[in-house]
Amino acid sequence: MIKDDPVPAPEGDGALEIVLGRLLRIGVLVAAAIVAAGGLLLLITRGSWIPDFAAFHDVPSPLRSVPGILGEAFALNADGIVQTGLLVLIATPVLRVVFSLVGFARQRDWLYVVLTLGVLSVLAVGLLGWVN
Amino acid sequence: MPYIVLSSLLFAGSLLAGLLGALTGLGGGVVIIPLMTLAFGIDIRYAIGASLISVIATSSGAAAAYVREGYTNIRIGMFLEVATTLGALGGAALAGVLSTSVIALVFGVVLAFSSLQSLRSSHDVSGAAEPDAAALRFKLRGEYPLDGRRQPYNVTGVAPGFALMALAGGLSGLLGIGSGAVKVLAMDRIMRIPFKVSTTTSNFMIGVTAAASAGIYIARGYVVPELAMPVMIGVLAGSLVGSRVLMAVRVPILRRLFAFIVIVLAAEMIYNGITGRI
Repeated sequence: MIKDDPVPAPEGDGALEIVLGRLLRIGVLVAAAIVAAGGLLLLITRGSWIPDFAAFHDVPSPLRSVPGILGEAFALNADGIVQTGLLVLIATPVLRVVFSLVGFARQRDWLYVVLTLGVLSVLAVGLLGWVN
Repeated sequence: MPYIVLSSLLFAGSLLAGLLGALTGLGGGVVIIPLMTLAFGIDIRYAIGASLISVIATSSGAAAAYVREGYTNIRIGMFLEVATTLGALGGAALAGVLSTSVIALVFGVVLAFSSLQSLRSSHDVSGAAEPDAAALRFKLRGEYPLDGRRQPYNVTGVAPGFALMALAGGLSGLLGIGSGAVKVLAMDRIMRIPFKVSTTTSNFMIGVTAAASAGIYIARGYVVPELAMPVMIGVLAGSLVGSRVLMAVRVPILRRLFAFIVIVLAAEMIYNGITGRI
């Protein structure tokens, strides 16, 4: 019966859309607030510093891994706070995919549950640093 | 240049880029990279890192509004995100191997294409008449608001559309841009998805696509807080203002002017890539 069903219009997507819209908005606002706070600290502590970004510096830094970034943020280092805001920003669309997974599971749309899990796996590969 | 001056100028430039990007539909990222590399002499890898971050911010910010209006098709978005995220991983891996000159060259070509694409009139196809087999299999269809009612549409060309989306994801991961122009081309021209649904669903996918390569960029050190901060805040603020203005006024002249500026920037990037200055 389910197989022959001529593709039901995705009912219930309306409620899902509202939740997703709210989630995206909150995520971006929280991220922007954290980045702005860290940025203010950055300007206060290092405003007169002469930076050099003309060449790429491939040096190890705690700001290149999630534990390192969080460690710097807890030490109230401006760099760490800004990077934490960026992590929140990156997490927002990822969380959006997780919410979609829940939404599709509630609709018992297993095909889309599998597709969403596929997207999450690809995101995990990128975010966990398995590609470099 | 002291950091306070650099960050203020980057903020102002990003604000303008976000504003124009929203007004023209090109997105802010396409101007940020030439601005940082050509005007400030910043290494293209840092520019790509900051741009990718701004792309996630604008995509999520705008998607929040569009999703509620009922144009965004979450199913089509999720289906195509399989292609774009895989492409993004490939593109980000490639970015670590290719020389900066080649990246600048590819960037210039994509930029020129995006600019020409933005000049196309936004004709509104009413969707495919008949769905193809893959569209039926993956339940790719929907409805969108049109003249006060819900207009249903079908989808076709799923296989070539999917392939082009993988390429769009690859360009996003390689260049730190949203590559919305390629995404809309795949969805509106090939898959025959109505224009407004294509643009909003494309925007919806950009954040997830960018998130796939963002982790790789951070691990490589492309994302530095000193540059990402003014760029992210500037582009986000600019695009929020821009999308408000967009609803109030029609801006064909501004659109043409911006497209012209972008073509000049594209030529400049190609020239710098060929001569090896970037």
